[in-house]
Amino acid sequence: MLNPDSVGSTFAGTDSITVSQSEVDAFCAVIGEADTTIAPPTFTIRITLTQFEEILTRPEIGLDWSRLVHGDQKFEIFSPVKPGDELNCNATIESYRVAAGNEIVTVRSDLHRDSKLVVSAWSTLVVRA
Amino acid sequence: MIEVGANLPEKVFYLDRELLKRYADASGDQNPIHQNEEFAVSVGLPNVIAHGMLTMALVGKYVSDFAGGSAKVVEFGARFTKPVIVPADEKVDLTVTATVAEIADGKISLTLSATSAGVKVLGMAKAVVLQ
Repeated sequence: MLNPDSVGSTFAGTDSITVSQSEVDAFCAVIGEADTTIAPPTFTIRITLTQFEEILTRPEIGLDWSRLVHGDQKFEIFSPVKPGDELNCNATIESYRVAAGNEIVTVRSDLHRDSKLVVSAWSTLVVRA
Repeated sequence: MIEVGANLPEKVFYLDRELLKRYADASGDQNPIHQNEEFAVSVGLPNVIAHGMLTMALVGKYVSDFAGGSAKVVEFGARFTKPVIVPADEKVDLTVTATVAEIADGKISLTLSATSAGVKVLGMAKAVVLQ
């Protein structure tokens, strides 16, 4: 079970993440996108979901990642992400509830480039009962 | 001229196990429910299912194509209502359509529909693109 005291907490990413051309190329290839100068709209899930897993499975927070399904996802893109971008992200646990034994947690990741917000990404994750 | 209420052309994407493996590598999401049938069944799924985010990435491609490039997509959201089931040695469809919901302030809002084998797989799917 998620520690309810963690709701509302924001966690800073430890390192900045550099978006490489090869990872944008690989993502574009899967969806058939020819323009690899810009990351596709959902590309940053590659960064944010990894970050959410690292944070939410910490012993003091306690989410069970093995029973997790993705409930919904939203991106707001203020500036397109490009290969070579150095991004810093922080994650906030926005809400948490339990319904019919399922745990439902919404987390937001804010990705910054040069201290400017470029993408906010919300994931609602469901831990099945 | 794009008008509110206009229906955009349908596009069909095809998914197979190989694409799921490639998406797993490209996204970093190596959850075995998207690759290993025995594991997927053991956790109560009917078969291997596609990553919800792969479905969304393909719908994102549809949105980017409409908008004239990835750089024009400013909002994109969806709920994962049903899984896309991907049996071995089969190609399954992901059929995408959209309706223009609003045009305002230099932006176009789309209501998106995505089905696989006739089943709606995304709910509340919406995107906003720059005009």
